[in-house]
Amino acid sequence: MTTTPAKPPAGVRRSRASAFAWHFIRLISTLALTFLGLTIVTFCIGRVIPIDPVIAVVGDRASPEAYERVRMELGLDLPLYQQYWNYLIKLLHGDLGIAVLTARPVLEDLMRVFPATLELATVAIIMGVCFGVPIGVLAATNQGRWPDHLIRLVGLVGYSMPVFWLGLVGLLVFYNTLDWVSGPGRVDVYYEDVVQPVTGMLLIDSLLAGDTGVFWNAVSHIILPAAILGYLSLAYIARMTRSFMLGQLHQEYILTAQVKGLSRSRVVWRHALPNIMVPLITVVALSYGYLLEGAVLTETVFAWPGLGRYITSALFNADMNAVLGGTLIVGTVFIGLNLLSDLAYYLVDPRAR
Amino acid sequence: MSETPLRPTSWHEWLVAEAPQSRLQARFGRWYANWLALKRNPLAVSGLLIVVVLFLMAVFAPWMTDKSPYDQMLTERLQPPSAQHWFGTDELGRDIFTRIIYGSRITLLVVFLVSAIVLPIGLIVGTIAGYFGGWLDTILMRVTDIFLAFPRLVMALAFAAALGPGIENAVVAISITAWPPYARLARAETMTLRGRDFILAARMQGASATRILWSHIMPLCLPSVIVRLTLDMAGIILIAAGLGFLGLGAQPPSPEWGLMVSSGRSYLLDQWWVATIPGLAIFIVSFGFNLLGDGLRDVFDPRSQ
Repeated sequence: MTTTPAKPPAGVRRSRASAFAWHFIRLISTLALTFLGLTIVTFCIGRVIPIDPVIAVVGDRASPEAYERVRMELGLDLPLYQQYWNYLIKLLHGDLGIAVLTARPVLEDLMRVFPATLELATVAIIMGVCFGVPIGVLAATNQGRWPDHLIRLVGLVGYSMPVFWLGLVGLLVFYNTLDWVSGPGRVDVYYEDVVQPVTGMLLIDSLLAGDTGVFWNAVSHIILPAAILGYLSLAYIARMTRSFMLGQLHQEYILTAQVKGLSRSRVVWRHALPNIMVPLITVVALSYGYLLEGAVLTETVFAWPGLGRYITSALFNADMNAVLGGTLIVGTVFIGLNLLSDLAYYLVDPRAR
Repeated sequence: MSETPLRPTSWHEWLVAEAPQSRLQARFGRWYANWLALKRNPLAVSGLLIVVVLFLMAVFAPWMTDKSPYDQMLTERLQPPSAQHWFGTDELGRDIFTRIIYGSRITLLVVFLVSAIVLPIGLIVGTIAGYFGGWLDTILMRVTDIFLAFPRLVMALAFAAALGPGIENAVVAISITAWPPYARLARAETMTLRGRDFILAARMQGASATRILWSHIMPLCLPSVIVRLTLDMAGIILIAAGLGFLGLGAQPPSPEWGLMVSSGRSYLLDQWWVATIPGLAIFIVSFGFNLLGDGLRDVFDPRSQ
């Protein structure tokens, strides 16, 4: 007589599905609330700026009548909550206003510059994970010995590093003195606009077009800024990996596996590591968000035509539509990453259900 | 009886006494124990040393150098480091060593002001939310979560842009984005404290909520909040320097370090010292705060080990 694994009764399965739905709804409503808070903040920032938007349109010699007319056209005579409502409706239609600098819709500008930042942050996070996780594991398995102390120190140095300064020193050493990498910008001038933009990410576009010349040139440009950003995320990822790993290594199943005669490396990499994947996903998602932020300063140093440089150059032209649009995009990506990491947590880890 | 002396023979014995005779002795004894624990960690001690040197630099700036951070000597522009100008001179012939010394005042001012704004806000919001609970807790924590979900530097950038460039506005912008973790922390501490017997006893004696929060709960939240603040100092310094570098923090001719890096950028390839030395100062100071905070956390929160 064979025993078939007992199927869970239908009721249990349904309640599990509904629990997931319930969790999902709660998550979405929290995020919607956070997004609403974000828009309130950007709206308020837009209101407290010392520049009078009416004067920006009519000039300071306009008659009081003209001033009043434009004020009404801009909706500035309405009560504040109504102004906010109009702002929100416009936002949800993707209308972030017109950027003064480019005279184009802010959303269009952001779509154009965002892939460059995404490319930089993605290469950086790949570097951060590829080096950070093994280093963190190494620190955990050598707890209290010199590799652990060294890695802790390397991490603290990463936390303390002014990223713009590291970028400048990197340029000075690796570009100017050693000439190992290319300088600021995404590609050399004569490679610019050679490949058709498809994704907006040069590394992918050049491969799609089969143009290896552009690809390797782009690699030589991205490697330094990405390595610098990657180092910052490495510090965080390695530290968290270490503490998660320590939590696992002290558990009894590890001892059991060792007693059964498995090698140390097999126990660490095949038994313990899968168990820390879930919290690690959250950490990687969070540091991805921080990288987008770190990109603001790095892009300024490396003349990288991404979101950060767009925001900073808009700042100096008092182009508040562009600044607030950019802030909103970064904030939304942050919120989205939170959502993704939470969902991943829920889907990968059965205990979270 | 004669074997146990009535008065301890040394400071050390008085401080490590098993049974303190007074509140004062107990308090000093606890501090002393923490100090001994911190002293065992050489990294934390070097961090403390860096922070102390920073303080001394800020306080004794006029005695440490005979030059002024603003005096321009256009005949001595962009001089390399020498016996006369230890760190060289910048594009306007100002002595970089002097400007670094005076710049420590700005760094400390920013750190001090941000702490003075962030600590009370975080403590008040957190303890109120944790103590009263219910809908007040829900609302306050929702607001905290919203602020916590924002990217810090970009938010500070937007605020600094709205308020206008300047060191005071940079402080406000950083504070607005920095307070939520403290509220979270204070709330968590309050939740573990509020059901304790001594709080119930105080309440039964008729102490008002304000009194309980102010004189019973807040002092107990302080240690963990201060440790967290020390760890955050580096982040605050880095954001302030980043704002300065972007031109949204301190304005010229202020000897703010981030601003100095930014103005030295144009001379980076030929006169490396103009940009790199102020950046090194930023790094060393935030490294010092990180080392100190790391050591303090080990002392106050052994769970993190």
